Amino acid sequence: MTRKKRRLAIVLLAGLGLGTATALTLTAFQDNLVFFFSPSDLAAKPMPPDRPFRIGGLVEVGSVERSTNAAGKLETAFRVTDGARAIRVTYTGILPDLFREGQGVVAEGRLAPDGTFVATSVLARHDETYMPPEVADALKRAGHWQPGEPPPPARLWNTKEVDRSAAAPGPLTN
Amino acid sequence: MVGNVAPPGRSLHRFANPGRFMRLSGALLPWLAAAAVLVCAVGVVWGLVFAPRDWQQGDTVRIMYVHVPAAWWAMGGYLGLAVASFVSLVWRHPLADVAAVAIAPVGAVFTAICLATGSLWGKPMWGAWWVWDARLTSVLVLFFLYLGHIALTNAFDEPERAARPAAILALIGAINLPIIKFSVDWWNTLHQPASVTRFDAPAVHVDILWPLLISGLGFGLAFAAIVLLRMRTVLIERRVRAILAARGMEGAGVSRPVPAA
Repeated sequence: MTRKKRRLAIVLLAGLGLGTATALTLTAFQDNLVFFFSPSDLAAKPMPPDRPFRIGGLVEVGSVERSTNAAGKLETAFRVTDGARAIRVTYTGILPDLFREGQGVVAEGRLAPDGTFVATSVLARHDETYMPPEVADALKRAGHWQPGEPPPPARLWNTKEVDRSAAAPGPLTN
Repeated sequence: MVGNVAPPGRSLHRFANPGRFMRLSGALLPWLAAAAVLVCAVGVVWGLVFAPRDWQQGDTVRIMYVHVPAAWWAMGGYLGLAVASFVSLVWRHPLADVAAVAIAPVGAVFTAICLATGSLWGKPMWGAWWVWDARLTSVLVLFFLYLGHIALTNAFDEPERAARPAAILALIGAINLPIIKFSVDWWNTLHQPASVTRFDAPAVHVDILWPLLISGLGFGLAFAAIVLLRMRTVLIERRVRAILAARGMEGAGVSRPVPAA
C-alpha cells in the first residue's frame, strides 16, 4: 500500500512540476506563439520596417477600395481594425471568398515607410457562428443585425425557427 | 502442469482478472458496434445531406460533421490513454497497459482524420491548406505523440516491458490537451474559437448543432467499440504468446513432448 501511495505521490509531483514548467515556458514565448498581431499590439510595440509579420483584425466597414494596376492585376486597399486602432493594408492578387467588410482577416507582409502594411498574402478568418442562411436573412430583415457588424448574441438566434418557404436554393446572400 | 513452472505460470496468472474482462467485453461488443454504426450513420447522413447550409460557408460547412467529432475523440482518446497510463504507473493494473496499447493507433487515426478534413476545409475558407498557428500546431503535436507512443510500444521484444516508458510518455504528453483546448483563447490563432462549449449559448443554430452532436456521439461509440475489440485482440495475443513461451520452456527444460492443444 505504501509503495502505491509513494508512486502516486511521485507521479502527481512530476505532473505538477511539468505543468508549472510548461506554463512558464508558454508565458515566456507568448510573443512567438501568437499567429498575428492586432493593430493595438503594433501601436504598443512597433515593428522595424523590413521585418515580415502578420496583422489581424476585422476589415473596416466602408474601407475597401478595389482597383486594377498597370499589369492588369487586382489591387485592394482596406483598413484592418480591432475596434481601438486601425491600419491601412494593401494587397495585390486574388482574395479568399470569405473576404468582405466586417470579416476577420489575417494579412502577412511588412510595413512600408509610410506606415501602410503591404501584404504578400491575405487569409480570411472564419468566426465561430454557424447558422442557416434563412436565419441570417431573417435577423437582418428584422433589424437585429446591421450589415458589416458581427452577428448578434447566439441566444437571440440559435433556436430560431427556420422559414423553409422562403428557402429557395439560390446563391448565398452575405 | 503449466502452473508449476514458475516464470510462465506467473505471467499466466496475471490474466486471471482479464478473463472476466473477456467475458464482459465479448457480451458488450456486438451491441456497442451496432450502436456505433447506427448513430454514426444517422449523424453523418443528417449532417451531409439534410442539415442546412451555413450563411457564410455554404455547403463547405458539412466537413464539420466529420472534422469536429474526429477532433473531439482524438482528444478524448488521448485523455483515455493518459488515464490508463496513470492507472498503469500507480496501480500496475495489467488491463490499463492493454487499454493504452489499444487506444493509441485508434487515436492516431482520428487525429489524422481531423487534420486531413481540417486542411480540406481550410483551403476554400481561409485560403490556406495549413498554417502554423497554435491550434493546428498543437493538434499536429498530438498526432506525433500518438505515433511516438505506438513506436515506443513496439520497440521492445516483450510488450510488457514497454508499458512503463510508454505510460510516462503518454502522461508527459497529456500537458498538450489543455494547450489544444485553450490555444484559441490564449493566443491569436487563425482557427476560430470554440462554438459549442462556451459559457454563453452555443454559437451554432440547432439545425446544425443536433446532427453535429449525434455525429459526435456516433464517433465516440465507434472509438469505444474499436478500442474494446483491440483490447480483446491484444489480450488473446499475449495469452497465446505466454502459452507458446511456456511450451517452449517445458520442451527445452524437461524434454517432454508438447501436448496437443
